[in-house]
Amino acid sequence: MEYKNKTLFLEGDVTKFTTTDLLSEFSRIKISEIEFIDLQNVKSIDSAGVAFIDELKFKLKDFSPQFINVSEDINASIETFSAEKMPEPEPAGKANIFVMLGASLYNWLDNFRDAMYLSVDIAYWSFIGIFDRKGQRKGSVIQQSILIGVDALGIIGLLSLVLGLILALQSAAQLRQFGANIFVADLIAISMVREMGPMMTAIIVAGRSGSAIASEIATMKVTEEIDALKMMAINPIRYVVVPKFHAITICMPLLVTMATIIGIVGGLIVGITYLDLSVVSFYTQVINVLTLKDVLIGLSKSVFFAWVIVIIGSFYGFKVTGGAEGVGKATTLSVVASIFAVIILDALFSLVFLI
Amino acid sequence: MREPIIKVENLVAKYDDKVILDGVNVEFFPQEVTVILGGSGCGKTTLIKNILRLFEPAEGSVTIFGKETTKMDEDEFNKILEKIGMLFQNGALLNSVSIFDNVSIPLEQHTNLPVEIIEKIIEVKLNLVNLGHAIRLFPSELSGGMKKRAALARAIALDPPLLFCDEPSAGLDPLTSASLDELILKLKKQLKMTIIIVTHELASIHRIADRIIFLDKGRVLFQGTLQEAKVSGITEVTTFFEVGKFE
Repeated sequence: MEYKNKTLFLEGDVTKFTTTDLLSEFSRIKISEIEFIDLQNVKSIDSAGVAFIDELKFKLKDFSPQFINVSEDINASIETFSAEKMPEPEPAGKANIFVMLGASLYNWLDNFRDAMYLSVDIAYWSFIGIFDRKGQRKGSVIQQSILIGVDALGIIGLLSLVLGLILALQSAAQLRQFGANIFVADLIAISMVREMGPMMTAIIVAGRSGSAIASEIATMKVTEEIDALKMMAINPIRYVVVPKFHAITICMPLLVTMATIIGIVGGLIVGITYLDLSVVSFYTQVINVLTLKDVLIGLSKSVFFAWVIVIIGSFYGFKVTGGAEGVGKATTLSVVASIFAVIILDALFSLVFLI
Repeated sequence: MREPIIKVENLVAKYDDKVILDGVNVEFFPQEVTVILGGSGCGKTTLIKNILRLFEPAEGSVTIFGKETTKMDEDEFNKILEKIGMLFQNGALLNSVSIFDNVSIPLEQHTNLPVEIIEKIIEVKLNLVNLGHAIRLFPSELSGGMKKRAALARAIALDPPLLFCDEPSAGLDPLTSASLDELILKLKKQLKMTIIIVTHELASIHRIADRIIFLDKGRVLFQGTLQEAKVSGITEVTTFFEVGKFE
């Protein structure tokens, strides 16, 4: 690049490989007045080079220089890649805090209404589905039960055992000081049956199956499989959601029962090894402290948690927009919302049954 | 005068506030292949999705088999849908089940046929689309062309009198595309089907179209035969056929 006699001479390749150097070279040149930009010796130019030319025009706009000795090829490239002829982008509307708040409130209400409609739809078709299997694929409830229940046995069992061990260990150290070793059985039994068993299981199922439900439905939506079902006069809720709803309603209480028993076994291990309790005394204490009400509360919670997980997973699945990114977002949102809903629901249960 | 099998009147379709179809009036006649044409984003797919209520139209009426469908309840409209097949652009096969199971869905859901008869129908339909060898494969194991043919087998499982195809030739090589067109003509002739196709493949249009409907910016620019279209004098339409692509 050279500047003399009110003319800027460009030469060689003006491409993505030279543009950065040309820009810094240009910034070093002191231009007092300029009439022409000579492109005679420019060998080649690409889109980055044309962007550089646009930038030159902008920086020298006070002088309005003319381009001279522009070959046909170079001119064609400039015509193709110049940003000057692009339509002006529409100015972005100014963000107003009240408009934004209103829009998000409206959006939230919209989503809430949709979620309620979906819940009613799922409840209705799940009830109908008990008596009339039409609209469902044969064996789909068993297949879903395996996915939601059987495949989760290992992880839920292991975590429940660890949870029982931790709870017992934490309390054992305190109880031992007062010679109240046997009460570790009370603590483990009540906390596992009423709280930790159902909640921990629900959180794991929300992470495992809730995400799977959301991503499966979302993928079906973006690949038009849901539309294809509608076109075959098949209700997507009956075909896709109802088998999952039935499966999770059967599996959750069973998983919670297993998790609770394994958690109590975890407490028993600590009781035997650390607190010198016998199996019989631990067992007797557990049976004595638990009431039928505790067991029923734990199991009924598990069913409500299960329904919440399916409804939230389905809601985010059906709500998806966009492609793979949308599916990922729907899955993440569904897991977060499911876990949040499970914890809130658990708190509500605790309040209701304390009174 | 022929009675149309589908009559669309003053159809307005919107995505949020954006008008996609603006007062569309079109008719589709029995046992004809009607091709819906137009540039990208002109509302071709939206038109068929509105006819089939995959999107609810904002305004207007759609009459299928002599019945107004836009206000119909779900059960009543499902009865209409049982007489319609749809081939989606990407096939939209259920990925979690085999090709056999995909084709079996409409037969199991809407007929009381015994299993052995259903199996025979599935085999026949898959052989008709040259996929007899792929009966136990899953969609993920098929090529793009095979997926479309499998989806076509599913769409015609119940021998519907009305078949919709959304860009059946898109992404297919010329030979596969031509064989799919042949199959569509065969279906029209042997099953006396009315077929509505969204496409902008010129070769395909020349092979199969009895009538064309040309959309531009959400409005109908032309409807009539291919010959009439070529001499219509409407710049956008004639340019489409002359240049071979729509810009």
